[in-house]
Amino acid sequence: MGFRRRHRWLARAGAVLLACGSLVAVGGAGASASTETITLYNGQHPELALAIVKAFEKKTGIDVRVRTDDGVVLADQILEEGKRSPADVYLTENSPELMLLTEHHLLAKLPAKVLRQVPSRYDSPTGNWVGVALRVGALAYNPKLVGPSALPSHLLDLATPRWKGKLAIAPTDSDFLPLVGAVLATHGERAALGWLKGLRANSALYGDDESVVATVNRGQRAVGIINQYYWYRLRVEVGARNMHSKLYFFPGHDIGGLENISGAAVLASSRHKAAADRFVAFLVSAEAERILAGGYDFEYPARPGVPPNPALPPLSRVKPAVVSVVKLGNDLPAASLLQQAGLT
Amino acid sequence: MTATALAGWLHGRRRRLPLVLAATSVVVVALLLAPLGLVLAQAGQSGWATVWSTLDRPFVATLLWNTVRLALAVTALAALVGTVTAWLTERTALAARRAWAVLLVLPVVMPDFVLAWTWSSMFPGIHGYWGAVLVMTLHLYPLVYLPMAAAFRVADPGQEEMARALGLSRLQAWWKVSVRQARSTLLGGSLLVCLALLAYYGAFEDLRYQTFTTAIFGELETQFDPGVASSLSLVLVALSVLVLGAEAGFRERGKLQRSGPMAERAQRPLPLGRAKVPALAAVALVAVPATGFPVFVVAYWMLAGGSSTLPTAVSLGAATAYTAVYSALGAALATALALPVSLLAARHQRKWSGALERATFITQAVPGIVVALALVYLASHFLGFLYQSPELLVFAYAVMFFPLGLVAMAASVARASPRLEEVGRSLGQGPMAVRLRVTLPLVAPGLVAAFCFVFLSAATELTATLLLVPTGAGTLATQFWADAEQGVAFGSAAPYAAMMMLLSAAPAYLLGRWFDRGYRSSRGSRPAFEVVA
Repeated sequence: MGFRRRHRWLARAGAVLLACGSLVAVGGAGASASTETITLYNGQHPELALAIVKAFEKKTGIDVRVRTDDGVVLADQILEEGKRSPADVYLTENSPELMLLTEHHLLAKLPAKVLRQVPSRYDSPTGNWVGVALRVGALAYNPKLVGPSALPSHLLDLATPRWKGKLAIAPTDSDFLPLVGAVLATHGERAALGWLKGLRANSALYGDDESVVATVNRGQRAVGIINQYYWYRLRVEVGARNMHSKLYFFPGHDIGGLENISGAAVLASSRHKAAADRFVAFLVSAEAERILAGGYDFEYPARPGVPPNPALPPLSRVKPAVVSVVKLGNDLPAASLLQQAGLT
Repeated sequence: MTATALAGWLHGRRRRLPLVLAATSVVVVALLLAPLGLVLAQAGQSGWATVWSTLDRPFVATLLWNTVRLALAVTALAALVGTVTAWLTERTALAARRAWAVLLVLPVVMPDFVLAWTWSSMFPGIHGYWGAVLVMTLHLYPLVYLPMAAAFRVADPGQEEMARALGLSRLQAWWKVSVRQARSTLLGGSLLVCLALLAYYGAFEDLRYQTFTTAIFGELETQFDPGVASSLSLVLVALSVLVLGAEAGFRERGKLQRSGPMAERAQRPLPLGRAKVPALAAVALVAVPATGFPVFVVAYWMLAGGSSTLPTAVSLGAATAYTAVYSALGAALATALALPVSLLAARHQRKWSGALERATFITQAVPGIVVALALVYLASHFLGFLYQSPELLVFAYAVMFFPLGLVAMAASVARASPRLEEVGRSLGQGPMAVRLRVTLPLVAPGLVAAFCFVFLSAATELTATLLLVPTGAGTLATQFWADAEQGVAFGSAAPYAAMMMLLSAAPAYLLGRWFDRGYRSSRGSRPAFEVVA
């Protein structure tokens, strides 16, 4: 009696396995081996990288496999992988990761022709990476909870008790480390640690800047430390009439308005150097920089002559704090400071 | 193995221990336990001074306190909710109780990070400790509900009747007999809640509640030393092994005595009378927020989200295909690995084969992030060709969910008695024919159940997948996460959540049918699943 019923189970199991097998076949059929393929470790926003990669693939016929993750996580991985890294190109949102990998001799020198495309202060001083885009540190604030006149003129003021319970920060976002590095470089370790401890007492902690700006927009927190472009990206997502927050730039080149440089490099271990160089050259070409300026990315193109998204105020009006990439360093002291302050 | 046993085995007096089966099982168990050693190795690589300075911080004390207070509250609440709902659906004349029984189990197929996201996206005020208590209780109570429902269903009414006959009141009899009988089941289920809680990541990130898993990801995102993350995961492993030890202890004590061979019989459901409406309200108060609400929110964001303006790196179709393939292969591998261990444990009951089986449950106590970190370390240092490969992700799924496969197939394997094979042989069939026509049909339902159970868990796995997913690929869980994590792109995240639920529906249905059958035909043999899993 039971056998027939059990055979039905068997048939079902067979059907499931068969379905899986056919899916494997479908998955395998996608990969073709005829063209050259490079691997991009992408710490930038996936939609931006994707748009640029598509244009590059169309133009050159070179396939680009993209692994997107947090820029710091990818730098971790490249450090771990060393010479065996499968990556050919590393694109990230901030310069310190690139400086760190340069110190470990993991990045190849870029052709001078590529480096010349952007002003030299956006480049690696040793020629190992090139700046692609710029962002500026800023505050998102909710006018219902705090008036514009009450906003601080210095980033360090946010650590004072006046801001208790009003602040949102994302200490594990890859944009936070360079800010800590900049405070460290300009104000010293004691001031930086005191500032972080003050922030910890005042803030609700979030996983990333996107959540910080969304929280301020909803009115759950008065003020959030972000990079300027997250505010514009939120406006695209929710629509201008749903924006209940505003963007505030620190005046007078205060360190809170740190200019962050997103950059790209070719790995020293790359076995596709020519193709990888071509990709990095494409990143700073007028074509790619226009893709960057035209979309919903809201970063400033590093290449002169490509106007930024018209929604953005010009950099000359924003007056960002410019800290040289050497002075800003490699994130390691900032990472240790985050631990000491109990933020990670 | 003692000398006499060895001699007996050599002379073929006891049932011969198949060397191949035993050797395979030992290899499988060694494979499963390898990640634990690797974590130690990686932490050690950064130097024990680093490990110590990572652990000896106020921040770690905060994490520990967060973990302990959450575990206590959620375990207690899940025990309460699971027991009350199980009792109402199994022992009382609750209206539409079969339907409630299905609805109450459904949170099992709802990933923790989707449930947390549905709540926090609609009510941003739900976060932190109380948010985590609420969401985790709603997500985890089925781990208590399932075994308690089973216990109430097969409970021996004779004992309660006897207690009544000895002069106890109805309430006293219920408390002293039924509740006492179910006590060990309840403790077992509660400890599983505790164990599961330690491993979650996505939900806590959604709810902004810091635990060891969120801190491990935080360290990966800010510190340039994977050894720091490994040091934190050592604490997580220690906590998990502690809970698992407690669970094993309670399981040993949880053996039931029955009053006779026919003790299991149909019970008359308790009429609810005036409690009818409050009972319905109680069940609805659990099922609506745990199942109805998240399904509603996913549908809501799909229709009203409108934030799908950004192109996605991995389309819904591709993510579905990747998820289906990786999960199916992981499930097939876990099932294949579990079969020899299960056969060995069922047919050659020796102390060490039982210990072998038990040892694999340690992997259940090891959170996904720890397994993933270990495998990344292994592949990047020693097995470069496996690094970022689909094979490694599939292997991770098999390691993580192996115990589920083992639990799901135990009953079928036990039923496939060697005596039936002997009967087959005596009827003139060859050994191969016996395996195909007797053993396989008997074991097959267990294999399907194991496959479904692992598939279900792998298809919604987030933590390990985030670290191990091959370059250029993405699963439904990681794509959902990429959108939902940003706190705004709800409309584009929702379809991935919906697809995860759809993909889980078929195996969940098969599994439900199978466990239901297992309960009904559990007379004589081991029940379909013992504590739960």
